[in-house]
Amino acid sequence: MNPQGNPPAATPGDWQPQIAAFFCNWCTYTAADLAGVSRLKYAPNIRVIRVMCSGRVDPQFILEALVKGADGVLIGGCHPGDCHYVEGNYKMLRRFRLLKRMLADLGVEDDRVRLEWISASEGDKVRTVVNDMVEKLKALGPLRLPERLKAWDREIGPEEVKSHA
Amino acid sequence: MPDKPKVAFYWCASCGGCEEAVVDLAEDILGVVEAVDIVFWPVAMDFKRKDVEAMPDGSILATLLNGAIRSSEQEEMAHLLRRKSKVMIAFGACSHLGGIPGLANQFDRERIMKYVYEDAPSNVNEKKTRPVTAFKDNGRVATLPELREGVRSLDQVVDVDYYIPGCPPTPKIVKNAVGALLTGNVPPKGATLAPDIALCDECPRKDSKPTDLSFAEFKRPHLAAIDPEKCVLAQGFLCMGPATRGGCEALCIRGNMPCSGCFGPTSRVKDQGAKMLSSLASNVGAKEENEIDRILAGIPDPVGTLYRYGLARSLLRKKVT
Repeated sequence: MNPQGNPPAATPGDWQPQIAAFFCNWCTYTAADLAGVSRLKYAPNIRVIRVMCSGRVDPQFILEALVKGADGVLIGGCHPGDCHYVEGNYKMLRRFRLLKRMLADLGVEDDRVRLEWISASEGDKVRTVVNDMVEKLKALGPLRLPERLKAWDREIGPEEVKSHA
Repeated sequence: MPDKPKVAFYWCASCGGCEEAVVDLAEDILGVVEAVDIVFWPVAMDFKRKDVEAMPDGSILATLLNGAIRSSEQEEMAHLLRRKSKVMIAFGACSHLGGIPGLANQFDRERIMKYVYEDAPSNVNEKKTRPVTAFKDNGRVATLPELREGVRSLDQVVDVDYYIPGCPPTPKIVKNAVGALLTGNVPPKGATLAPDIALCDECPRKDSKPTDLSFAEFKRPHLAAIDPEKCVLAQGFLCMGPATRGGCEALCIRGNMPCSGCFGPTSRVKDQGAKMLSSLASNVGAKEENEIDRILAGIPDPVGTLYRYGLARSLLRKKVT
């Protein structure tokens, strides 16, 4: 890796994108469950984290997922008007709109962070969204933030370097 | 004299405001000078690097270092002073969080060099000359420090014991910190020497902050008048108070300006910008995407606003690609 932190290109074929998925307990998580019991097959690249509401997803979670090695982050919430807590999904939508602008300014590509409304009955939508996102991330390639930051830290002397946790 | 504890001040990528902050102690500085022996302070005293190098390791009680780390020289000085000091204190927002210089982490080094030495409209540099780290002239070699790829907070370069926040730190928190240090009455290592609660808690306009905020637009201080009595945020001005550590006694608010976040986050927040983004955006009073975007367009530069002092110390630290 060079000091600018550009990671080496992944060998085609062996790299699979990793997606951190924050799914709302009342809709998308249930939909993912439905996809499972319906035996729908979709790309195995998501690691689902169940949250009680998409409104619980702090933008810090999204940044931290990327910094810890996720190539993309998917947030699944209830359709507008359907939030179990009335307003949570709107709060997420508003944060998402500003976060996307901020991430674009910081060089994170648009397809890496995605918000989808998926109701409990839309198991098939989980499949199409995840498959589509995996395709888009494969086209983008790995993000490799942990490696990039580590490479960047090597610019300054290796001894005594204390990267903030 | 030899019995007095030794203290050093140093500056790296900074504006000089933190040096002013020491002088801002006013007559209290006499007490400090009485109690300590200042062994190194480039802005005010004629000691050199070799004087510091000659000191035994750990012989300085505390170094108060302000400014971010951008060059190889700053990095070397940070290591040197760390070695010579029992306690290393990151003094001021730049040292603590990267500060205003940290905003340069939105651009790579080449882009900055190219703009500064070639493209800036005020430049006349037809040969596109750039500074080099070593230059030979008449058999002598002149050297310059190397500019690093990005800006770092002090704790990303050396081990830091305490943080004194602020741009610049206020006399009161400097005085408290120095007092704590001299009496040995210090908190656990790694602490930020300021209250661990959001600025809103000590804001004189706290009572006028509504429980539920709802933004119909974001106003900017140079384009609209701020009511000096009411909560700045409730008026639609972006105030970083809710995501910023208190301790400054709401100086900017008392000057009728919104908080810009220089004290950094409280200990419970990992990323000040993301946390403030969360709070602000959640309270936008619209549900349609277009309307949400229209209101949020009132924040034209999210990175420069939400990470004004903290980009280098944020989760992403710099532009990632």
